[in-house]
Amino acid sequence: MSKIILQVEDLRTFFFTRKGVVKAVDGVSFYVREGETFGIVGESGCGKTVTGLSILRLLPEPAGRIVGGKIIFNGTNLLELSKKEMREYRGRMIAMILQDPMTSLNPVYTIGDQIAESVRLHQGLRDEMVEKEVISALRLLKIPSPEILLEDYPFQLSGGMRQRVVGAIAMSCYPRLLIADEPTTALDATIQAQYIALFKEIQKKTNVAIIYITHDFGVIANMCHRVGVMYAGKILETAMTKELFKAPKHPYTSALINSVPRLDRKDDRLYSIEGQPPSLMNLPPGCRFSPRCSMAQAVCSEQEPPEVEISDGHSVSCWGMK
Amino acid sequence: MDTTKVMDWDKVRGSTRRMRISSQLTFVLPAAVLLLLVLVAIFAPLLAPYPPTKIAMTERLLPPVFVEGGSTAHPLGTDLIGRDVLSRVIYGARVSLSVSLLVILITASIGTVLGIIAGYLGGRTDAFLMRVTDISLAFPGILIAILLAVILGPGYWTVVLAISILGWAPYARLIRGEALKLREADFVAQARIIGTSPARIMVRHIFPNIINPLIVMATLSVGFVILTEAALSYLGAGIPPPIPSWGNMVSDGRNLIDSAWWISFFPGLAIGLVVLSGNFLGDWIRDKLDPRLRQV
Amino acid sequence: MEGRDLKKYYPVTKGLLQRTVGWVRAVDGVSFTIERGKTLSLVGESGAGKTTTAKAVLLLEQLTSGSILFEGKDLQQFSQLQLKTEYRPRVGAVQQNPWSSMNPRMRVRDIIAEPLVVNTKQSKQQIRSRVLELLQQVELSPEHAECYPHEFSGGQRQRIAVARALALRPSLVVLDEPVSALDVSIRAQIMNLLKDLQGKHNLSYLVIAHNLATVRYMSHSVAIMYLGQIVEYGEAEGLFERPLHPYTRALISASLLAVPEGNGQEIKQIILSGEMPSPLNPPSGCRFHPRCTEAMDMCSKVVPEIRVVGRQWVKCHHYD
Repeated sequence: MSKIILQVEDLRTFFFTRKGVVKAVDGVSFYVREGETFGIVGESGCGKTVTGLSILRLLPEPAGRIVGGKIIFNGTNLLELSKKEMREYRGRMIAMILQDPMTSLNPVYTIGDQIAESVRLHQGLRDEMVEKEVISALRLLKIPSPEILLEDYPFQLSGGMRQRVVGAIAMSCYPRLLIADEPTTALDATIQAQYIALFKEIQKKTNVAIIYITHDFGVIANMCHRVGVMYAGKILETAMTKELFKAPKHPYTSALINSVPRLDRKDDRLYSIEGQPPSLMNLPPGCRFSPRCSMAQAVCSEQEPPEVEISDGHSVSCWGMK
Repeated sequence: MDTTKVMDWDKVRGSTRRMRISSQLTFVLPAAVLLLLVLVAIFAPLLAPYPPTKIAMTERLLPPVFVEGGSTAHPLGTDLIGRDVLSRVIYGARVSLSVSLLVILITASIGTVLGIIAGYLGGRTDAFLMRVTDISLAFPGILIAILLAVILGPGYWTVVLAISILGWAPYARLIRGEALKLREADFVAQARIIGTSPARIMVRHIFPNIINPLIVMATLSVGFVILTEAALSYLGAGIPPPIPSWGNMVSDGRNLIDSAWWISFFPGLAIGLVVLSGNFLGDWIRDKLDPRLRQV
Repeated sequence: MEGRDLKKYYPVTKGLLQRTVGWVRAVDGVSFTIERGKTLSLVGESGAGKTTTAKAVLLLEQLTSGSILFEGKDLQQFSQLQLKTEYRPRVGAVQQNPWSSMNPRMRVRDIIAEPLVVNTKQSKQQIRSRVLELLQQVELSPEHAECYPHEFSGGQRQRIAVARALALRPSLVVLDEPVSALDVSIRAQIMNLLKDLQGKHNLSYLVIAHNLATVRYMSHSVAIMYLGQIVEYGEAEGLFERPLHPYTRALISASLLAVPEGNGQEIKQIILSGEMPSPLNPPSGCRFHPRCTEAMDMCSKVVPEIRVVGRQWVKCHHYD
């Protein structure tokens, strides 16, 4: 098995607002290996995006702060680095792709300039070499006629093409870890399929580790080797993807999987989870999912369950696992 | 601050508390100042030690009490014909503030109605109304005001009319922009789907949602109106004597600035206070309203 | 409802004199039927023309040609007044974005009451009780009537939108991506609610969607749209069990089953090349041929006709 490139231990990221403290990420731990894709799946507000931003320390200050835990990348705890040192890692060793292709690119610069900016910053090459690198980054993302595209502006491209350019910028320095935050949510289904197939190829070629943040189980099934299910700031279950779908252990995971309509058969009635996700400022005591859990016991609303490893690589935080 | 260390809870809580207090100050202070001035204007007869038009030639050009030669009988001094500056500033508040209020009401109303109609209906109506607005903006305002003063004779209502003619166009422009944005909103489309008439859409859907920028603009115009009134008085087309307005008081004292500076200074100070307070308040309201409303 | 050969072209103008140099064929010959109490879904990717079709049904866009029949009567036969009194109240709409589809300055009770206020002469009392009745139908409580939209979650807002759509007792409701903006665990709630209401009130639904699994769950019949035309049309079950058109098969494959080898069913991965071209200059012959993995020679030359296969019809030369 390849080595572990990122280890997140007990990460806590809070937002300090006038109305109170939002515990966006409250004790999250996971690891990612080289050449592997780890998926973080959860609904909006569960903290998955904040987790991704925390790894790169790109939180909106002064409201957002990492208040605890360790983020160990390639042996170094990123949280102990100075701002200057952290900048060395961003873009070069760890890259990020965001959701909206419309706003990820600067509308007043050409595509070539934007990719070149990243290359110049991290590789310190001479000008002639820079253009070669830019073109090879575009080729990696299978963008047709890259030499012509260099002169284009973002508004001239379609959404799918823009996301590829964003991917090219991210991959231009061959990072060891790529964090992708719902990169295909805004794209059409067939374009999404293209994109995911493309990234699987890129991963094979460059052995990059990927953290894929999404709410779509279909994407998880197709793209990720291992998955973490997040809810209200905590990871409730972690497992190999096949294992998670075959035998989900946490009630939230199975409820979520059952509430998604299936394309391969006709569902008579979807399972729907009662209630709504809790406010991150006023979390319920005990297990965060207990108010909505159909299998909740007394202890669930009193104490938070510890993370228990059931089998190899499969761990759950649930009092029901006894 | 470095985000590397585990945060000290108390330190963080302290800084958010400081943020909260400073934001409150930017509201409380200007609002209090404006409120005070409004109260002064309302209760002028009770507060002013002398009638504003009382002439006392024996007591002319007295300096304020804190300067040598001044007396507590006239704390802010007297002017060229012995009228008490303090009383005149107090009564001046009435005129200046009421003119501002009236002008803002008139210009905001006209500008809003025209802006909403132009923005929502679009097409030829929009084009026509915008040309009218452009013409209004292109006119040299002060010239028009002086012309009016000549035609109608200087007076309170002339001033109100003159500044109003200058002032409605910016509102129309702003509100039209907002209405254009709102026209594309989903809930407006929904109203059309149900079969709501354009009139009802404009009143029920567009107008309530442009109140915010309207309030901001109105608050920020207070300064503009007061200064314009002062400018008109300076040019002789403003409130005629003997009624005191801050503008004409500044104008009266302009030849004596080096000797009897207090005649222009105190009304000028009052103008400055209102302008600053209005601006601060307007900024605060804008900051408070905008991001909050965009949140879920 | 019946749509017959609907076409909506947008002119493209150039120059100072605004000469028309081309046409964006947003909807180019779309025909469908919606039966009472049943759901028809228009499926396609962005640019396929499904939203434009829905807008035409809601009278937000004027058709270039073609006719819409409602309960047997052609809409063009309706006078303006008749449209207002006999058509609009019978067709409700639920929009995609629950955050922008409601006036943030209005209370929920006014939002739901608005269709009644605008279209009927009912007394305040009658309207009030109808609003409470509607709130109950969408599983919200009476206290919610006094609140403002921003106090609710996305799912609850969609419920309010549904209540508003049902205010005038419509026979058809047009739903534009009703759950795509909602959280995954809330979607099931809203879809179940919509199905329940359909059964209770015998409502017909015209659903615009791009998520095939949602479509399968909600629909009785499905129309797959590509570049302004329907390429496959038929009963939902038949279409998903035996998709005929290559585009349909690609869409299904792209929708990524969340069951890795669970069913023993291996879905062949079909990855299309390129993207949907602009409706300004659609490809010749079959519009899908440049991206089709099974394109033949004639596909670029001859426009395919409708072929009926079982309980579906399809426009594809493979079925000639």
